[in-house]
Amino acid sequence: MADEQQKKPEQKPAPTPAGEQKAAPPKPPARPAPPKPEPLDNELIRRLRARFSEAIGEATLDRKQAIVVVQPSRFLDVCDYLRTEEKFDFLTDLTAVDWYGREKRFDLILNLYSFSHNQRLRLKVPLGEDTHCPSVAGLWGTANWLERECFDMFGIVFDGHPDLRRILLPDGWKGHPLRKDYDILQQDVAWVKENLGIESGQ
Amino acid sequence: MEQTPSVSTTILGADEVILNMGPQHPSTHGVLRVKLKLDGEKVISSECIIGYLHRGVEKIGETRTYAQFAPYVDRTDYVAAVSNGLGYCEAVEKLLGAEAPPRARWVRTILTELQRIASHLLWLGTHALDIGAMTPVFYCFREREEILKIFEKYCGARLTTHAFRIGGLLYETYDGFEEDVKKFCHDFLSRVDEYEELLTENRIWIQRTRGVGILTADDAIAMGASGPVLRGSGVKWDIRRAFPYAAYDQFEFDIPVGENGDTYDRYLVRMQEMRQSHRIVLQAIDSIPSGPIAARIGKVLKPPPGEVYHSIEAPKGELGYYIVSDGSTQPYRLRIRPPSFVNLQVLDQMIRGLLIADVVAVIGTLDIVLGEVDR
Repeated sequence: MADEQQKKPEQKPAPTPAGEQKAAPPKPPARPAPPKPEPLDNELIRRLRARFSEAIGEATLDRKQAIVVVQPSRFLDVCDYLRTEEKFDFLTDLTAVDWYGREKRFDLILNLYSFSHNQRLRLKVPLGEDTHCPSVAGLWGTANWLERECFDMFGIVFDGHPDLRRILLPDGWKGHPLRKDYDILQQDVAWVKENLGIESGQ
Repeated sequence: MEQTPSVSTTILGADEVILNMGPQHPSTHGVLRVKLKLDGEKVISSECIIGYLHRGVEKIGETRTYAQFAPYVDRTDYVAAVSNGLGYCEAVEKLLGAEAPPRARWVRTILTELQRIASHLLWLGTHALDIGAMTPVFYCFREREEILKIFEKYCGARLTTHAFRIGGLLYETYDGFEEDVKKFCHDFLSRVDEYEELLTENRIWIQRTRGVGILTADDAIAMGASGPVLRGSGVKWDIRRAFPYAAYDQFEFDIPVGENGDTYDRYLVRMQEMRQSHRIVLQAIDSIPSGPIAARIGKVLKPPPGEVYHSIEAPKGELGYYIVSDGSTQPYRLRIRPPSFVNLQVLDQMIRGLLIADVVAVIGTLDIVLGEVDR
Protein backbone atom coordinates (compact mmCIF):
# COMPACT_ATOMS: atom_id res chain seq x y z
CA MET A 1 0.00 0.00 0.00
CA ALA A 2 2.74 2.43 1.02
CA ASP A 3 4.59 1.75 -2.20
CA GLU A 4 1.56 2.48 -4.34
CA GLN A 5 0.92 5.76 -2.62
CA GLN A 6 4.49 6.80 -3.14
CA LYS A 7 4.46 5.91 -6.80
CA LYS A 8 1.28 7.74 -7.71
CA PRO A 9 2.51 11.35 -7.53
CA GLU A 10 5.59 10.40 -9.56
CA GLN A 11 3.56 8.86 -12.32
CA LYS A 12 1.00 11.61 -12.77
CA PRO A 13 3.15 14.44 -14.14
CA ALA A 14 4.96 12.10 -16.52
CA PRO A 15 3.65 12.46 -20.07
CA THR A 16 3.78 8.72 -20.83
CA PRO A 17 0.05 7.88 -20.35
CA ALA A 18 -1.06 10.32 -23.05
CA GLY A 19 1.68 9.16 -25.38
CA GLU A 20 0.78 5.57 -24.77
CA GLN A 21 -2.83 6.15 -25.68
CA LYS A 22 -1.88 7.55 -29.05
CA ALA A 23 0.71 4.92 -29.77
CA ALA A 24 -1.39 1.94 -28.66
CA PRO A 25 -4.80 1.88 -30.34
CA PRO A 26 -5.70 -1.77 -29.56
CA LYS A 27 -7.14 -0.85 -26.17
CA PRO A 28 -10.77 -1.86 -26.75
CA PRO A 29 -10.12 -5.60 -27.28
CA ALA A 30 -8.28 -5.71 -23.94
CA ARG A 31 -11.51 -4.69 -22.19
CA PRO A 32 -14.43 -6.63 -23.60
CA ALA A 33 -18.02 -5.65 -22.98
CA PRO A 34 -19.21 -6.56 -19.48
CA PRO A 35 -21.09 -9.85 -19.38
CA LYS A 36 -24.85 -9.61 -19.18
CA PRO A 37 -27.34 -12.28 -18.13
CA GLU A 38 -29.66 -13.25 -20.96
CA PRO A 39 -32.76 -15.47 -21.08
CA LEU A 40 -32.10 -19.13 -21.70
CA ASP A 41 -34.28 -21.41 -23.77
CA ASN A 42 -33.01 -24.85 -24.69
CA GLU A 43 -34.28 -28.43 -24.89
CA LEU A 44 -33.71 -29.11 -21.22
CA ILE A 45 -35.57 -26.02 -20.06
CA ARG A 46 -38.47 -26.82 -22.40
CA ARG A 47 -38.69 -30.36 -21.05
CA LEU A 48 -38.65 -29.02 -17.50
CA ARG A 49 -41.37 -26.48 -18.26
CA ALA A 50 -43.53 -29.09 -19.96
CA ARG A 51 -43.29 -31.38 -16.95
CA PHE A 52 -43.41 -28.95 -14.04
CA SER A 53 -45.08 -25.92 -15.71
CA GLU A 54 -45.34 -23.06 -13.20
CA ALA A 55 -42.85 -24.54 -10.73
CA ILE A 56 -40.07 -23.63 -13.16
CA GLY A 57 -39.39 -19.93 -13.02
CA GLU A 58 -37.02 -17.78 -14.96
CA ALA A 59 -34.14 -19.45 -16.82
CA THR A 60 -31.07 -17.37 -17.58
CA LEU A 61 -27.63 -17.71 -19.07
CA ASP A 62 -25.15 -15.70 -17.04
CA ARG A 63 -21.49 -15.81 -18.12
CA LYS A 64 -22.29 -18.90 -20.20
CA GLN A 65 -23.70 -20.67 -17.13
CA ALA A 66 -27.25 -22.02 -17.08
CA ILE A 67 -29.41 -20.96 -14.13
CA VAL A 68 -32.98 -22.08 -13.47
CA VAL A 69 -35.28 -20.80 -10.76
CA VAL A 70 -37.35 -23.56 -9.15
CA GLN A 71 -40.21 -22.95 -6.73
CA PRO A 72 -39.86 -24.80 -3.41
CA SER A 73 -43.28 -26.48 -3.79
CA ARG A 74 -42.03 -28.96 -6.39
CA PHE A 75 -38.32 -28.63 -5.72
CA LEU A 76 -37.86 -32.24 -4.67
CA ASP A 77 -39.70 -33.58 -7.74
CA VAL A 78 -37.60 -31.42 -10.03
CA CYS A 79 -34.40 -32.65 -8.37
CA ASP A 80 -35.49 -36.26 -8.62
CA TYR A 81 -36.32 -35.82 -12.30
CA LEU A 82 -33.02 -34.07 -13.03
CA ARG A 83 -31.05 -36.77 -11.27
CA THR A 84 -32.74 -39.83 -12.72
CA GLU A 85 -33.99 -38.73 -16.17
CA GLU A 86 -31.57 -35.99 -17.10
CA LYS A 87 -28.56 -37.70 -15.51
CA PHE A 88 -27.45 -34.83 -13.30
CA ASP A 89 -25.95 -37.39 -10.97
CA PHE A 90 -23.34 -35.21 -9.28
CA LEU A 91 -24.27 -32.54 -6.76
CA THR A 92 -21.24 -30.28 -6.90
CA ASP A 93 -22.30 -27.73 -4.36
CA LEU A 94 -25.20 -26.62 -2.25
CA THR A 95 -25.25 -23.23 -0.64
CA ALA A 96 -27.40 -20.14 -0.17
CA VAL A 97 -27.41 -16.39 -0.68
CA ASP A 98 -29.10 -13.99 1.70
CA TRP A 99 -30.88 -11.21 -0.21
CA TYR A 100 -31.68 -9.26 2.92
CA GLY A 101 -34.66 -6.99 2.39
CA ARG A 102 -36.13 -8.98 -0.49
CA GLU A 103 -39.58 -10.49 -0.02
CA LYS A 104 -38.27 -14.03 -0.52
CA ARG A 105 -35.17 -13.52 1.49
CA PHE A 106 -32.96 -16.50 0.62
CA ASP A 107 -31.86 -18.18 -2.56
CA LEU A 108 -30.88 -21.80 -2.12
CA ILE A 109 -28.24 -22.60 -4.74
CA LEU A 110 -27.56 -26.06 -6.12
CA ASN A 111 -24.77 -26.64 -8.60
CA LEU A 112 -25.43 -29.83 -10.50
CA TYR A 113 -23.19 -31.65 -12.90
CA SER A 114 -23.88 -34.41 -15.38
CA PHE A 115 -21.01 -36.75 -16.23
CA SER A 116 -22.70 -38.13 -19.32
CA HIS A 117 -23.48 -34.72 -20.84
CA ASN A 118 -20.49 -32.86 -19.33
CA GLN A 119 -22.88 -30.11 -18.44
CA ARG A 120 -23.50 -27.97 -15.40
CA LEU A 121 -26.83 -26.60 -14.23
CA ARG A 122 -27.53 -24.24 -11.37
CA LEU A 123 -30.84 -24.38 -9.51
CA LYS A 124 -32.05 -21.43 -7.50
CA VAL A 125 -34.82 -21.91 -4.98
CA PRO A 126 -36.27 -18.72 -3.51
CA LEU A 127 -37.14 -19.18 0.17
CA GLY A 128 -39.07 -16.88 2.48
CA GLU A 129 -38.43 -15.96 6.13
CA ASP A 130 -39.78 -19.26 7.46
CA THR A 131 -36.81 -20.89 5.62
CA HIS A 132 -38.14 -24.40 5.32
CA CYS A 133 -37.04 -26.44 2.37
CA PRO A 134 -37.19 -30.15 1.55
CA SER A 135 -33.88 -31.95 1.94
CA VAL A 136 -32.19 -33.52 -1.08
CA ALA A 137 -29.92 -35.70 1.07
CA GLY A 138 -31.95 -38.71 -0.03
CA LEU A 139 -31.09 -38.04 -3.67
CA TRP A 140 -27.45 -37.02 -3.43
CA GLY A 141 -25.47 -38.18 -0.40
CA THR A 142 -23.26 -35.10 -0.77
CA ALA A 143 -26.13 -32.96 0.43
CA ASN A 144 -25.92 -34.35 3.96
CA TRP A 145 -23.01 -32.20 5.13
CA LEU A 146 -23.64 -29.40 2.68
CA GLU A 147 -27.16 -28.92 4.04
CA ARG A 148 -25.83 -29.05 7.57
CA GLU A 149 -23.41 -26.29 6.70
CA CYS A 150 -26.18 -24.30 5.06
CA PHE A 151 -28.33 -24.69 8.18
CA ASP A 152 -25.37 -23.67 10.32
CA MET A 153 -24.56 -20.55 8.32
CA PHE A 154 -28.02 -19.42 7.15
CA GLY A 155 -30.53 -21.11 9.41
CA ILE A 156 -32.33 -22.76 6.53
CA VAL A 157 -34.19 -25.82 7.85
CA PHE A 158 -34.10 -28.84 5.58
CA ASP A 159 -37.17 -30.97 6.18
CA GLY A 160 -36.41 -34.66 6.03
CA HIS A 161 -32.67 -34.30 6.64
CA PRO A 162 -31.38 -37.32 8.60
CA ASP A 163 -29.24 -35.42 11.07
CA LEU A 164 -29.66 -31.65 10.90
CA ARG A 165 -27.17 -30.20 13.38
CA ARG A 166 -24.57 -27.49 13.26
CA ILE A 167 -21.37 -28.68 11.62
CA LEU A 168 -18.70 -25.98 11.68
CA LEU A 169 -19.83 -23.94 14.67
CA PRO A 170 -20.24 -25.27 18.21
CA ASP A 171 -23.67 -26.58 19.19
CA GLY A 172 -24.44 -23.71 21.55
CA TRP A 173 -23.81 -21.01 18.97
CA LYS A 174 -26.48 -18.34 18.56
CA GLY A 175 -27.44 -16.99 15.19
CA HIS A 176 -26.36 -17.80 11.67
CA PRO A 177 -23.21 -15.94 10.59
CA LEU A 178 -23.68 -15.69 6.84
CA ARG A 179 -26.99 -13.88 7.21
CA LYS A 180 -26.58 -10.24 6.35
CA ASP A 181 -28.11 -9.04 9.63
CA TYR A 182 -25.82 -11.15 11.80
CA ASP A 183 -23.97 -9.07 14.36
CA ILE A 184 -20.73 -10.58 15.60
CA LEU A 185 -20.08 -7.77 18.10
CA GLN A 186 -23.36 -8.30 19.93
CA GLN A 187 -22.59 -11.96 20.24
CA ASP A 188 -19.15 -11.22 21.67
CA VAL A 189 -20.59 -8.87 24.28
CA ALA A 190 -23.19 -11.44 25.32
CA TRP A 191 -20.57 -14.16 25.61
CA VAL A 192 -18.24 -12.03 27.72
CA LYS A 193 -21.09 -11.02 30.04
CA GLU A 194 -22.25 -14.57 30.49
CA ASN A 195 -18.89 -16.29 30.86
CA LEU A 196 -16.67 -13.65 32.42
CA GLY A 197 -19.31 -11.69 34.31
CA ILE A 198 -18.03 -8.29 33.12
CA GLU A 199 -19.16 -5.66 30.66
CA SER A 200 -17.39 -6.13 27.37
CA GLY A 201 -14.43 -3.93 26.68
CA GLN A 202 -15.39 -3.60 23.02
CA MET B 1 -27.86 -43.76 0.65
CA GLU B 2 -27.85 -45.28 4.09
CA GLN B 3 -28.08 -42.70 6.83
CA THR B 4 -27.32 -43.31 10.47
CA PRO B 5 -27.86 -41.26 13.58
CA SER B 6 -24.84 -39.62 15.12
CA VAL B 7 -22.56 -41.77 17.23
CA SER B 8 -23.22 -39.90 20.44
CA THR B 9 -26.95 -40.64 20.42
CA THR B 10 -26.76 -44.36 19.75
CA ILE B 11 -27.11 -46.89 22.54
CA LEU B 12 -24.05 -49.03 23.09
CA GLY B 13 -24.10 -52.82 23.11
CA ALA B 14 -22.34 -54.80 25.85
CA ASP B 15 -19.08 -55.20 23.87
CA GLU B 16 -19.11 -51.78 22.30
CA VAL B 17 -17.04 -48.80 23.20
CA ILE B 18 -16.71 -45.21 22.00
CA LEU B 19 -13.21 -44.04 21.20
CA ASN B 20 -12.32 -40.45 20.59
CA MET B 21 -9.61 -39.87 18.00
CA GLY B 22 -8.28 -36.34 17.73
CA PRO B 23 -8.43 -33.38 17.53
CA GLN B 24 -4.85 -33.62 18.78
CA HIS B 25 -3.72 -36.76 17.04
CA PRO B 26 -0.79 -36.88 14.62
CA SER B 27 -2.56 -39.07 12.10
CA THR B 28 -5.60 -36.84 11.71
CA HIS B 29 -3.52 -34.25 9.83
CA GLY B 30 -4.65 -31.26 11.82
CA VAL B 31 -7.62 -30.75 14.03
CA LEU B 32 -9.96 -33.45 12.85
CA ARG B 33 -11.82 -35.28 15.56
CA VAL B 34 -13.36 -38.66 14.81
CA LYS B 35 -15.65 -40.40 17.24
CA LEU B 36 -15.42 -44.12 16.64
CA LYS B 37 -17.94 -46.64 17.83
CA LEU B 38 -15.97 -49.84 18.23
CA ASP B 39 -16.57 -53.50 18.81
CA GLY B 40 -13.15 -54.58 20.04
CA GLU B 41 -10.90 -53.06 17.46
CA LYS B 42 -13.51 -53.10 14.69
CA VAL B 43 -15.20 -49.86 13.64
CA ILE B 44 -18.98 -50.07 13.68
CA SER B 45 -19.70 -46.45 12.88
CA SER B 46 -18.04 -43.10 13.13
CA GLU B 47 -18.73 -39.42 13.25
CA CYS B 48 -16.48 -36.56 12.20
CA ILE B 49 -16.46 -33.48 14.36
CA ILE B 50 -15.02 -30.54 12.49
CA GLY B 51 -14.92 -26.78 12.72
CA TYR B 52 -11.98 -26.32 15.08
CA LEU B 53 -10.24 -24.25 12.44
CA HIS B 54 -13.29 -22.31 11.29
CA ARG B 55 -12.33 -18.71 10.60
CA GLY B 56 -15.38 -17.55 8.69
CA VAL B 57 -13.49 -17.02 5.45
CA GLU B 58 -16.70 -16.69 3.44
CA LYS B 59 -17.96 -13.96 5.75
CA ILE B 60 -14.61 -12.16 5.60
CA GLY B 61 -14.94 -12.26 1.82
CA GLU B 62 -18.04 -10.08 1.99
CA THR B 63 -16.12 -7.29 3.72
CA ARG B 64 -13.01 -7.20 1.54
CA THR B 65 -12.52 -6.00 -2.00
CA TYR B 66 -11.92 -8.60 -4.68
CA ALA B 67 -8.17 -7.98 -4.68
CA GLN B 68 -7.92 -7.83 -0.90
CA PHE B 69 -9.51 -11.23 -0.52
CA ALA B 70 -7.00 -13.03 -2.76
CA PRO B 71 -4.42 -13.71 0.00
CA TYR B 72 -7.11 -15.27 2.18
CA VAL B 73 -7.71 -18.13 -0.24
CA ASP B 74 -4.07 -19.21 0.18
CA ARG B 75 -4.94 -20.05 3.75
CA THR B 76 -7.74 -22.47 3.00
CA ASP B 77 -5.76 -25.35 1.52
CA TYR B 78 -2.46 -24.08 2.82
CA VAL B 79 -0.33 -26.79 1.25
CA ALA B 80 -1.61 -25.89 -2.22
CA ALA B 81 -1.85 -22.11 -2.08
CA VAL B 82 -0.98 -21.61 -5.73
CA SER B 83 -3.93 -23.74 -6.85
CA ASN B 84 -6.31 -21.85 -4.58
CA GLY B 85 -5.10 -18.57 -5.99
CA LEU B 86 -5.57 -19.78 -9.55
CA GLY B 87 -9.17 -20.80 -8.89
CA TYR B 88 -10.04 -17.53 -7.20
CA CYS B 89 -8.35 -15.27 -9.75
CA GLU B 90 -9.99 -17.09 -12.66
CA ALA B 91 -13.39 -16.94 -10.98
CA VAL B 92 -13.14 -13.17 -10.55
CA GLU B 93 -11.84 -12.82 -14.10
CA LYS B 94 -14.88 -14.71 -15.35
CA LEU B 95 -17.08 -12.45 -13.28
CA LEU B 96 -15.43 -9.40 -14.82
CA GLY B 97 -15.52 -10.85 -18.33
CA ALA B 98 -11.74 -10.58 -18.57
CA GLU B 99 -9.12 -13.11 -19.50
CA ALA B 100 -5.49 -13.40 -18.55
CA PRO B 101 -3.04 -13.06 -21.47
CA PRO B 102 -1.39 -16.23 -22.82
CA ARG B 103 1.95 -15.72 -21.11
CA ALA B 104 0.23 -15.43 -17.74
CA ARG B 105 -1.83 -18.55 -18.42
CA TRP B 106 1.28 -20.54 -19.27
CA VAL B 107 3.16 -19.46 -16.15
CA ARG B 108 0.05 -20.14 -14.08
CA THR B 109 -0.18 -23.64 -15.49
CA ILE B 110 3.47 -24.38 -14.74
CA LEU B 111 3.31 -23.12 -11.16
CA THR B 112 0.00 -24.84 -10.48
CA GLU B 113 1.30 -28.18 -11.72
CA LEU B 114 4.43 -27.78 -9.61
CA GLN B 115 2.10 -27.09 -6.69
CA ARG B 116 0.18 -30.26 -7.44
CA ILE B 117 3.42 -32.21 -7.29
CA ALA B 118 4.37 -30.51 -4.02
CA SER B 119 0.97 -31.24 -2.52
CA HIS B 120 1.07 -34.87 -3.60
CA LEU B 121 4.60 -35.22 -2.21
CA LEU B 122 3.44 -33.95 1.16
CA TRP B 123 0.53 -36.36 0.99
CA LEU B 124 2.78 -39.29 0.08
CA GLY B 125 5.28 -38.57 2.81
CA THR B 126 2.76 -38.18 5.60
CA HIS B 127 0.53 -41.00 4.37
CA ALA B 128 3.46 -43.40 4.37
CA LEU B 129 4.58 -42.09 7.74
CA ASP B 130 1.12 -42.73 9.18
CA ILE B 131 1.23 -46.31 7.98
CA GLY B 132 4.69 -46.83 9.40
CA ALA B 133 7.13 -46.24 6.55
CA MET B 134 9.59 -43.69 7.86
CA THR B 135 11.83 -43.24 4.84
CA PRO B 136 9.60 -41.79 2.08
CA VAL B 137 8.84 -38.60 3.99
CA PHE B 138 12.49 -37.53 3.84
CA TYR B 139 12.71 -38.20 0.14
CA CYS B 140 9.42 -36.39 -0.52
CA PHE B 141 10.45 -33.32 1.40
CA ARG B 142 13.72 -33.23 -0.51
CA GLU B 143 11.85 -32.77 -3.81
CA ARG B 144 9.17 -30.56 -2.32
CA GLU B 145 11.90 -28.25 -1.11
CA GLU B 146 13.08 -27.75 -4.70
CA ILE B 147 9.58 -26.69 -5.73
CA LEU B 148 9.19 -24.35 -2.79
CA LYS B 149 12.53 -22.77 -3.69
CA ILE B 150 11.19 -22.04 -7.16
CA PHE B 151 8.10 -20.43 -5.59
CA GLU B 152 10.27 -18.44 -3.24
CA LYS B 153 12.41 -17.16 -6.08
CA TYR B 154 9.34 -16.33 -8.12
CA CYS B 155 7.20 -14.50 -5.58
CA GLY B 156 9.08 -14.41 -2.31
CA ALA B 157 6.91 -16.86 -0.39
CA ARG B 158 7.04 -20.61 -0.02
CA LEU B 159 3.74 -21.61 1.49
CA THR B 160 1.08 -18.91 1.30
CA THR B 161 2.37 -17.59 -1.96
CA HIS B 162 -0.26 -15.21 -3.35
CA ALA B 163 1.49 -15.90 -6.65
CA PHE B 164 -1.22 -14.68 -9.04
CA ARG B 165 -3.26 -11.54 -9.35
CA ILE B 166 -6.70 -11.01 -10.80
CA GLY B 167 -6.14 -10.45 -14.51
CA GLY B 168 -2.81 -12.22 -14.75
CA LEU B 169 0.46 -12.02 -12.87
CA LEU B 170 2.20 -9.37 -10.84
CA TYR B 171 5.70 -10.69 -11.32
CA GLU B 172 7.51 -11.54 -14.52
CA THR B 173 9.40 -14.83 -14.27
CA TYR B 174 12.84 -14.38 -12.77
CA ASP B 175 16.08 -14.92 -14.69
CA GLY B 176 16.77 -18.62 -14.72
CA PHE B 177 13.16 -19.67 -14.05
CA GLU B 178 13.10 -21.99 -17.03
CA GLU B 179 16.44 -23.53 -16.06
CA ASP B 180 15.33 -24.11 -12.48
CA VAL B 181 12.11 -25.80 -13.57
CA LYS B 182 13.92 -27.90 -16.16
CA LYS B 183 16.52 -28.92 -13.63
CA PHE B 184 13.79 -30.03 -11.27
CA CYS B 185 12.02 -31.92 -14.05
CA HIS B 186 15.24 -33.57 -15.18
CA ASP B 187 15.64 -35.37 -11.87
CA PHE B 188 12.05 -35.74 -10.85
CA LEU B 189 10.94 -38.88 -12.69
CA SER B 190 13.82 -40.93 -11.32
CA ARG B 191 12.85 -39.67 -7.86
CA VAL B 192 9.29 -40.91 -8.34
CA ASP B 193 10.78 -44.24 -9.34
CA GLU B 194 12.64 -44.17 -6.04
CA TYR B 195 9.43 -43.71 -4.04
CA GLU B 196 7.73 -46.42 -6.00
CA GLU B 197 10.66 -48.74 -5.37
CA LEU B 198 10.12 -48.22 -1.67
CA LEU B 199 6.38 -48.72 -1.66
CA THR B 200 4.64 -50.04 -4.75
CA GLU B 201 5.72 -53.64 -4.36
CA ASN B 202 6.46 -53.49 -0.68
CA ARG B 203 4.57 -56.35 0.99
CA ILE B 204 3.73 -54.43 4.12
CA TRP B 205 2.53 -51.45 2.11
CA ILE B 206 0.31 -53.65 -0.03
CA GLN B 207 -1.12 -55.43 3.00
CA ARG B 208 -1.92 -52.15 4.70
CA THR B 209 -3.52 -50.49 1.67
CA ARG B 210 -4.95 -53.05 -0.74
CA GLY B 211 -8.64 -53.69 -0.11
CA VAL B 212 -8.70 -51.03 2.61
CA GLY B 213 -11.26 -48.24 2.46
CA ILE B 214 -13.02 -49.34 -0.71
CA LEU B 215 -15.22 -46.78 -2.40
CA THR B 216 -17.21 -47.87 -5.43
CA ALA B 217 -17.62 -45.57 -8.40
CA ASP B 218 -21.37 -45.18 -7.79
CA ASP B 219 -20.86 -44.28 -4.15
CA ALA B 220 -18.08 -41.86 -5.01
CA ILE B 221 -20.38 -40.02 -7.43
CA ALA B 222 -23.34 -40.07 -5.04
CA MET B 223 -21.18 -38.67 -2.23
CA GLY B 224 -19.73 -35.94 -4.42
CA ALA B 225 -16.14 -37.14 -4.16
CA SER B 226 -13.76 -35.52 -6.60
CA GLY B 227 -10.11 -35.50 -7.53
CA PRO B 228 -7.93 -38.55 -6.92
CA VAL B 229 -10.59 -40.03 -4.61
CA LEU B 230 -13.07 -40.14 -7.49
CA ARG B 231 -10.50 -41.27 -10.03
CA GLY B 232 -9.20 -43.96 -7.70
CA SER B 233 -12.69 -45.46 -7.91
CA GLY B 234 -12.42 -45.66 -11.68
CA VAL B 235 -14.27 -42.54 -12.80
CA LYS B 236 -12.24 -40.88 -15.50
CA TRP B 237 -13.07 -37.27 -14.79
CA ASP B 238 -10.73 -34.36 -14.52
CA ILE B 239 -11.79 -30.70 -14.69
CA ARG B 240 -8.63 -29.90 -16.61
CA ARG B 241 -10.20 -31.96 -19.41
CA ALA B 242 -13.91 -31.46 -18.80
CA PHE B 243 -13.77 -27.66 -18.56
CA PRO B 244 -10.23 -26.64 -19.53
CA TYR B 245 -8.93 -23.52 -17.82
CA ALA B 246 -5.57 -21.71 -17.74
CA ALA B 247 -3.63 -23.29 -20.64
CA TYR B 248 -4.53 -26.93 -20.10
CA ASP B 249 -6.20 -27.29 -23.48
CA GLN B 250 -2.75 -26.86 -25.05
CA PHE B 251 -1.03 -29.82 -23.44
CA GLU B 252 -1.19 -33.56 -23.66
CA PHE B 253 -1.68 -35.56 -20.51
CA ASP B 254 -3.44 -38.72 -19.38
CA ILE B 255 -6.00 -39.09 -16.63
CA PRO B 256 -4.92 -42.02 -14.47
CA VAL B 257 -7.74 -44.04 -12.90
CA GLY B 258 -7.89 -46.89 -10.41
CA GLU B 259 -9.91 -50.09 -10.60
CA ASN B 260 -10.93 -51.15 -7.13
CA GLY B 261 -11.31 -47.83 -5.38
CA ASP B 262 -9.15 -48.90 -2.47
CA THR B 263 -6.33 -47.08 -0.72
CA TYR B 264 -3.71 -48.77 -2.90
CA ASP B 265 -5.41 -47.60 -6.09
CA ARG B 266 -5.64 -44.04 -4.85
CA TYR B 267 -1.92 -44.27 -4.07
CA LEU B 268 -1.20 -45.43 -7.62
CA VAL B 269 -3.41 -42.71 -9.10
CA ARG B 270 -1.58 -39.95 -7.24
CA MET B 271 1.81 -41.38 -8.20
CA GLN B 272 0.73 -41.36 -11.84
CA GLU B 273 -0.64 -37.84 -11.48
CA MET B 274 2.77 -36.60 -10.39
CA ARG B 275 4.25 -38.08 -13.55
CA GLN B 276 1.53 -36.45 -15.64
CA SER B 277 2.08 -33.10 -13.96
CA HIS B 278 5.75 -33.44 -14.79
CA ARG B 279 4.75 -34.07 -18.40
CA ILE B 280 2.59 -30.93 -18.49
CA VAL B 281 5.31 -28.79 -16.95
CA LEU B 282 7.86 -30.00 -19.50
CA GLN B 283 5.53 -29.19 -22.39
CA ALA B 284 4.67 -25.78 -20.97
CA ILE B 285 8.15 -24.64 -20.02
CA ASP B 286 9.39 -24.90 -23.60
CA SER B 287 6.51 -22.99 -25.09
CA ILE B 288 5.89 -19.99 -22.81
CA PRO B 289 4.67 -17.29 -25.21
CA SER B 290 6.02 -13.77 -24.92
CA GLY B 291 3.79 -10.79 -24.32
CA PRO B 292 2.09 -8.99 -21.47
CA ILE B 293 1.59 -10.78 -18.16
CA ALA B 294 -1.59 -9.03 -17.04
CA ALA B 295 -4.83 -7.99 -18.68
CA ARG B 296 -6.00 -4.41 -18.43
CA ILE B 297 -8.74 -4.58 -15.89
CA GLY B 298 -8.25 -1.34 -13.98
CA LYS B 299 -7.26 -0.74 -10.40
CA VAL B 300 -10.74 -0.72 -8.89
CA LEU B 301 -12.59 -3.93 -9.63
CA LYS B 302 -16.34 -3.56 -9.93
CA PRO B 303 -17.71 -6.66 -11.64
CA PRO B 304 -21.09 -6.12 -13.26
CA PRO B 305 -23.97 -7.61 -11.24
CA GLY B 306 -24.33 -11.32 -11.72
CA GLU B 307 -22.84 -14.54 -10.51
CA VAL B 308 -20.32 -17.11 -11.52
CA TYR B 309 -19.25 -20.59 -10.48
CA HIS B 310 -15.75 -21.50 -11.48
CA SER B 311 -13.91 -24.59 -10.42
CA ILE B 312 -10.47 -26.01 -10.98
CA GLU B 313 -8.88 -29.40 -10.49
CA ALA B 314 -6.97 -28.69 -7.29
CA PRO B 315 -4.63 -31.38 -5.94
CA LYS B 316 -7.40 -32.49 -3.55
CA GLY B 317 -10.29 -32.41 -6.00
CA GLU B 318 -12.82 -29.95 -7.35
CA LEU B 319 -12.15 -26.55 -5.85
CA GLY B 320 -14.95 -24.18 -6.80
CA TYR B 321 -15.67 -20.53 -6.19
CA TYR B 322 -19.22 -19.27 -6.42
CA ILE B 323 -19.21 -15.48 -6.38
CA VAL B 324 -22.23 -13.20 -6.50
CA SER B 325 -21.59 -9.59 -7.44
CA ASP B 326 -23.97 -6.71 -6.77
CA GLY B 327 -21.87 -4.33 -8.83
CA SER B 328 -19.89 -2.97 -5.89
CA THR B 329 -16.22 -3.40 -5.08
CA GLN B 330 -16.86 -6.26 -2.67
CA PRO B 331 -18.42 -9.65 -3.35
CA TYR B 332 -22.03 -9.88 -2.19
CA ARG B 333 -21.53 -13.54 -1.49
CA LEU B 334 -18.40 -15.61 -1.82
CA ARG B 335 -18.68 -19.34 -1.52
CA ILE B 336 -15.74 -21.72 -1.56
CA ARG B 337 -16.57 -25.27 -2.57
CA PRO B 338 -13.91 -27.16 -0.67
CA PRO B 339 -12.85 -30.55 -2.04
CA SER B 340 -11.55 -31.72 1.35
CA PHE B 341 -14.85 -31.03 3.12
CA VAL B 342 -16.88 -32.99 0.61
CA ASN B 343 -14.34 -35.82 0.35
CA LEU B 344 -14.15 -36.18 4.13
CA GLN B 345 -17.83 -37.01 4.18
CA VAL B 346 -17.17 -40.47 2.71
CA LEU B 347 -14.87 -41.38 5.60
CA ASP B 348 -17.64 -42.95 7.68
CA GLN B 349 -18.72 -45.15 4.80
CA MET B 350 -15.17 -46.23 4.03
CA ILE B 351 -14.03 -47.20 7.52
CA ARG B 352 -17.01 -49.27 8.63
CA GLY B 353 -15.89 -52.80 9.42
CA LEU B 354 -12.20 -51.91 9.37
CA LEU B 355 -9.72 -51.79 12.24
CA ILE B 356 -8.50 -48.66 13.99
CA ALA B 357 -5.12 -48.88 12.26
CA ASP B 358 -6.96 -48.78 8.92
CA VAL B 359 -8.77 -45.62 9.93
CA VAL B 360 -5.38 -43.93 9.97
CA ALA B 361 -4.68 -45.24 6.46
CA VAL B 362 -8.06 -44.08 5.16
CA ILE B 363 -7.75 -40.57 6.62
CA GLY B 364 -4.37 -40.38 4.92
CA THR B 365 -5.65 -41.57 1.57
CA LEU B 366 -8.43 -38.97 1.51
CA ASP B 367 -5.74 -36.29 1.61
CA ILE B 368 -7.63 -33.66 3.56
CA VAL B 369 -6.42 -30.32 4.81
CA LEU B 370 -8.36 -29.06 7.76
CA GLY B 371 -7.84 -25.43 6.85
CA GLU B 372 -9.97 -26.14 3.84
CA VAL B 373 -12.49 -28.38 5.58
CA ASP B 374 -13.26 -25.75 8.21
CA ARG B 375 -12.47 -22.59 6.25
